[in-house]
Amino acid sequence: MKSEKKAVVVIGAGPAGLAAAVALKKLGVEDLVVLEREDAPGGILRQCIHDGFGLTRFGESLSGPEYAGRFVDEAAKLGVDFRTGASVIGLDAGRRVTVATREGLVTYEAEAVILAMGCRERTRGALAIPGSRPSGVYTAGVAQAYMNLHNRMVGRRAVILGSGDIGMIMARRLTLEGAAVEGVYEILPHASGLPRNVAQCLDDFGIPLRLSHTVVDLRGSSRLESVTVARVDENLIPIPGTGREIPCDTLILSVGLIPENELSLQAGVALHPRTRGPLVDEFFRTSVEGIFAAGNVLQVHDLVDFVSLEAENLARAVARHLAGSLPAGGGIEVRAGEGVGYVLPARVGGKEDFTLSLRARRPDRDVALRISHGERIIKTIKFRRVLPAEMLRVQVRAADLAPSAAGSESRRPEPLEVSLTC
Amino acid sequence: MLREFTCLVCPRGCVLEADPEKSGDGRVKGAACPKGLLYATQELDDPRRTFSTSVRVLAGESPLVPVRLTKPIPRAAIGEALALIHAITLTAPVQAGQVLLSDILGLGSEAIAVRSVEAGERTAESL
Ligand SMILES: Cc1cc2nc3c(=O)[nH]c(=O)nc-3n(C[C@H](O)[C@H](O)[C@H](O)COP(=O)(O)OP(=O)(O)OC[C@H]3O[C@@H](n4cnc5c(N)ncnc54)[C@H](O)[C@@H]3O)c2cc1C
Ligand code: SF4
Repeated sequence: MKSEKKAVVVIGAGPAGLAAAVALKKLGVEDLVVLEREDAPGGILRQCIHDGFGLTRFGESLSGPEYAGRFVDEAAKLGVDFRTGASVIGLDAGRRVTVATREGLVTYEAEAVILAMGCRERTRGALAIPGSRPSGVYTAGVAQAYMNLHNRMVGRRAVILGSGDIGMIMARRLTLEGAAVEGVYEILPHASGLPRNVAQCLDDFGIPLRLSHTVVDLRGSSRLESVTVARVDENLIPIPGTGREIPCDTLILSVGLIPENELSLQAGVALHPRTRGPLVDEFFRTSVEGIFAAGNVLQVHDLVDFVSLEAENLARAVARHLAGSLPAGGGIEVRAGEGVGYVLPARVGGKEDFTLSLRARRPDRDVALRISHGERIIKTIKFRRVLPAEMLRVQVRAADLAPSAAGSESRRPEPLEVSLTC
Repeated sequence: MLREFTCLVCPRGCVLEADPEKSGDGRVKGAACPKGLLYATQELDDPRRTFSTSVRVLAGESPLVPVRLTKPIPRAAIGEALALIHAITLTAPVQAGQVLLSDILGLGSEAIAVRSVEAGERTAESL
């Protein structure tokens, strides 16, 4: 088998892979290749035709293809080496990358590997809805691809399970294309997507959002004919007697995204128990030497602008890694305290300033985000409102970390803890 | 009656409280910046939206091209604007950014293609 040496191999040409490649080129890293299994770069943005991308980065509201296009154009201008139709099927801890291409298998031996494979959708299997298995049940992303890439209408009368952003965006899309959307049913007592999507995709079109509801049954022989929805109690268990049958030919699942972690696991990369993406430090280093991760493969983002930013920070770290100037891995553990769903990075050295990304565990108002190091609170930020749907990003200055007590060198460094409380 | 809604101008998403009975700037509370104030006033008096859809393409590598509005239009005009855009059929090639309809319904917004479609055979993707 042909094997080629490379300084950097980037897996995935979505917004994360594209931004990392462009930034690396600008930092003078020439010996790099981007591997993409689809026929074109752009990642999931290629099917997101609605606008709202790029507000933070470009100060204007672009559609997904336009946002991705800006990075693709820049990458092309810089002469980034893209391989499309190149599916990475193997990755080991020695950074050997095995790729299936139309010309056959190719392997690379890389000094650094960047994981940028994005995320995938949870499916019905993971949800275990009883009832028959008729056609007409789609995940929101698959429905989006059918309509926006393949010009195929998925149905005329739809019910949406889960209030994730993609599901709400599809509710609007279906309505605009003439289908009836009967409602969005969410098992939690709050919407899981962004308020802007609740307002612009549901409220604007009079589509009801029913919280604390789920689908308990499906009916239909070849094609879906109806679903039964029911109210759930505080333990998310359906309440008997609350069931209601809704005639429909389509059920769209928008019940969450999880990092694409097959290759990470193959390489022996340790995963974060909450995000299910790799455990990384402030330099985006995973537990395996020379393997880095950013974008949705690391944590599911709600704003693509932050994906690009994260990947650019990763690129700076990778360039330093190649130059041998990255400090050794840090020993300060970063913990999610009360009110916090998760926080990344999971570990920091604390010698340089860094950014924490985190999500609230539940919607709340007038809360304070506190970062404590040992006994000391090193930062407090007040929020009028927090939502699990919105990722929070906080800068931490190395100088603010509590100095380790004299003679404590041999002891474990004290952890950082982040909490969101009243 | 107080109306509560979320400011959608930026990701911060301030919760705005508006009193439609009052007039002037005093009727909106909760905006962290002047843009939010403008947004709330607009939302009360004349809510505007953009939307995306797709348009048929003949002789292209893809059977359709995604389209968006460049500027928000009154919410009530969405249906009519949509019908105008859906009546269009293009022939490949189509350029990203190409204007398909200008000054829709005299509202100062354009419908533009958001990606290019080359002339040619349909690829596997556009089955
Ligand atoms: C269906 C869907 C819709 C979304 N809609 C929105 C939205 O409307 N607005 C928003 O802000 N965010 C949206 N998101 C979130 C969006 O994914 C992120 O904002 C952003 O696209 C993440 O970028 P990424 O590069 O990390 O991942 P992706 O865009 O998913 O890119 C990953 C790339 O890696 C490639 N890849 C994966 N595995 C391999 C492999 N083994 N070998 C080679 N290539 C591989 C994939 O083909 C893909 O091109 C959506 C996500 C999904 C899943
Ligand atoms: S009021 Fe200003 S800061 Fe608040 S969401 Fe609106 S634009 Fe953003």
